[in-house]
Amino acid sequence: MAVEMLSYIERNTAVHRLTGVTKLLCFILWSTAAMLTYDTRILIFLFLMSIWIFIVSKIEIKEVSFVLIFIFIFLLLNNVAIYGFSPQEGVKIYGTSHVLFEIAGRYNVTLEQIFYQFNITLKYFTVAPVALLFIVTTHPSEFAASLNKIGISYRISYAVSLALRYIPDVQRDFRNIALAQQARGLDMSNKEKLPKRVKNAASIIIPLILSSLDKIETISNAMELRGFGKNKKRTWYSSRPFQKSDYFVITCFILILVASLIITFHDGNRFYNPFQ
Amino acid sequence: MKKPVIKFSNYSFKYNSQIEPTLHNLNLTIYEGEKVLIVGPSGSGKSTIGQCLNGLVPFSYKGEVTGSLAIMGQEARDLDIFTLSKMVGTVLQDPDGQFIGLTVGEDIAFSLENDCVDQSEMVEMVDDIAKMVDMEKRLQSSVHHLSGGQKQRVSLAGVMVDQVDILLFDEPLANLDPTTGKSAIELIDQIHEQMNKTIIIIEHRLEDVLHRNVDRIIVIDEGRIIADEHPDTILAGSILEQHHIREPLYVKAAKYAGCSLTAEMRPSQLRTFALKDCQEQLIAWYENVEREGRTKSSPPVLEVEHLSFSYHGDQEIIRDLSFSIQKGEMVSIIGKNGAGKSTLSKLICGFERPQSGKIMFHGQEVTGDSIKERALRIGMVMQNPNHMISKNMIFDEVALGLTIRGVPENEIKERVEKTLKVCGLYPFRNWPISALSFGQKKRVTIASILVLEPEILILDEPTAGQDLRHYTEIMEFLVELNRQGMTILMVTHDMHIMLEYTPRAIVITDGQIIADDSAAAVLTNRELIKQANLNETSLFELAERIGIEDPKEFVERFIVFDREERGKWQ
Repeated sequence: MAVEMLSYIERNTAVHRLTGVTKLLCFILWSTAAMLTYDTRILIFLFLMSIWIFIVSKIEIKEVSFVLIFIFIFLLLNNVAIYGFSPQEGVKIYGTSHVLFEIAGRYNVTLEQIFYQFNITLKYFTVAPVALLFIVTTHPSEFAASLNKIGISYRISYAVSLALRYIPDVQRDFRNIALAQQARGLDMSNKEKLPKRVKNAASIIIPLILSSLDKIETISNAMELRGFGKNKKRTWYSSRPFQKSDYFVITCFILILVASLIITFHDGNRFYNPFQ
Repeated sequence: MKKPVIKFSNYSFKYNSQIEPTLHNLNLTIYEGEKVLIVGPSGSGKSTIGQCLNGLVPFSYKGEVTGSLAIMGQEARDLDIFTLSKMVGTVLQDPDGQFIGLTVGEDIAFSLENDCVDQSEMVEMVDDIAKMVDMEKRLQSSVHHLSGGQKQRVSLAGVMVDQVDILLFDEPLANLDPTTGKSAIELIDQIHEQMNKTIIIIEHRLEDVLHRNVDRIIVIDEGRIIADEHPDTILAGSILEQHHIREPLYVKAAKYAGCSLTAEMRPSQLRTFALKDCQEQLIAWYENVEREGRTKSSPPVLEVEHLSFSYHGDQEIIRDLSFSIQKGEMVSIIGKNGAGKSTLSKLICGFERPQSGKIMFHGQEVTGDSIKERALRIGMVMQNPNHMISKNMIFDEVALGLTIRGVPENEIKERVEKTLKVCGLYPFRNWPISALSFGQKKRVTIASILVLEPEILILDEPTAGQDLRHYTEIMEFLVELNRQGMTILMVTHDMHIMLEYTPRAIVITDGQIIADDSAAAVLTNRELIKQANLNETSLFELAERIGIEDPKEFVERFIVFDREERGKWQ
């Protein structure tokens, strides 16, 4: 079977036992904290903590490696783009310029720019693992209920959770179609030149889209026939009541957010400046 | 007089996307507590009737309605799909596609959730319904880990939780192996008797539905009602044959033998079928029918030796499996859902790599070959043609494999045209694929593999979802290919395929071969049938009842005769 990415991974840990709503709220609080601050000390603290939560959840790196690699690539592109468009951003922010070496024109390498981009990278590393954890430790059936509980319309909540649930199905279809096309001689491996490979990929994507549309039609009929979308609200069979641990964890995350905001903004600047 | 619950009067319907109406001037009344079977060939409009009842027509699939359809005394057009869904509960075909919840409990509760039922009340109601279908111990299980029969039970429970009065089953037997199909029919019957629901079954596997009594059979063709009678009357007449619907095999045999059937002989079930008058005729017919001799043996083209396979070191799906296929054979690989037959075909094509064992082609080991290399020798046609088709035009689709391989253009043209002729698609060569029927699309996918000139063709469920006419068309085409020397392997749980078309059947259970014999021998071996979730053919029981000493021989003679008869349709 294809490796199923971004689907629920069953474990019995403290992280898994929290209700979906708690995890969603914590994820939002956490991202807010990480988004607002550029304070390196806070980011490092959050980063270490996210690693600790990862360990507690007993999710193994290899189970999410595909998505992690994807994030890394994105991060790399992002860093290149920042440098390409704004090589002096760090100098502007920190007000000093420790030049390491010159490249050409306004492109030089400064300690400030490196430090600034290090902070950006750190932000990724604090948010990404927690986002991943939220997705792989929340039982999909609780997922929609959680989104709905924090005020998102249940239709949208259900659409999101169905999309996540179909990922393994679509992956399986993709694999089957890819195999069938390879049997007809389609080469998807590195041996083929890139433009040709992109063209070849189209002969997999088209059948994949068509078969996914079939699936969507079936499921939307089934949902409609069982009254989905009739009322403004709906109840949830599998939503779980809050436990003490849920309240405790949410409180902790609120404290982290508040503390990080205070530390970040007490000197009137979002950036921690080691150069002064 | 019973109360009518469904009443079509002069009802016609035309989809907006089509020029011709799908249903013409329907007049049909179904009464409270009745159990009705609607049969008809593909494209006859039988599924559209179901969609009219549950409201998908005209609320989701738009179109023009004329005439009236009253459900429980109310005009369906004036209601909405949600109100209708409280009166008519629909169990769609393919339970996998329609599960919305992830666990059994959640899926059963789906409609209650939409009605804003309180959580505690909901849990209670779900428990009650689950007990009714014997699923109360599995509420926490993931729906995808259930067996085919359990899935059916869950989807039924999810509909019954609404307290509907009418239950509509749209092809409930599609995708079920024979034994599971039988128990699905028993379950429907049980619900009908205990809860006095009105039941409507749309299905073309007539003999399987008739495993339990139905009150009426309605035959639909070309959007019109052809017949609306008691099953005994329908079976005694010739309507089914005229409209290409498969009659129960024992009825067919009696008709071939020249017996004149009447409704009084009660032919709708073999148990009740009064054979007295035609016993002699059947025996006489049996003694007259000739049967061609066994085909001679030739060297093996494919050998599988001690093959074992598992996903990620889990439990083995294929265990130490060995067999060999001779050149020019036509073999079916059968077994219940999940027995490992699809995995086996993937191993043979190189889609998966075995942990141990060898695959030999003409005596040469090919276990290490890539998919692409193996595809030149062994072609695989997948169940769903939509999984294979990626071009707009038929010619381009068939040519794809050759184009990729860099074959010169004039050779491509020659080979594609030759293949299209073989497949009967030559007149359509410049058509867009979207204009083809499902069966024709299947042919296109077969053609796109044949053009690569493999020596063995493997087909996964070649006739799934086809009515008798298309089924015969596809199968006769494969037989013709086989006659031209193509070795054909078919993975299927359709017993008609193996019985009617493949001289040899390999039966797989739990990743091992439990039988490798003639199809007729397999389907007359009670022990095997039980192990592999198959169904004994009714011909066997018929032969026993009329006192034929070698029932297996009777079955085989019937098949040969039947195939010749059906060959005349084309």
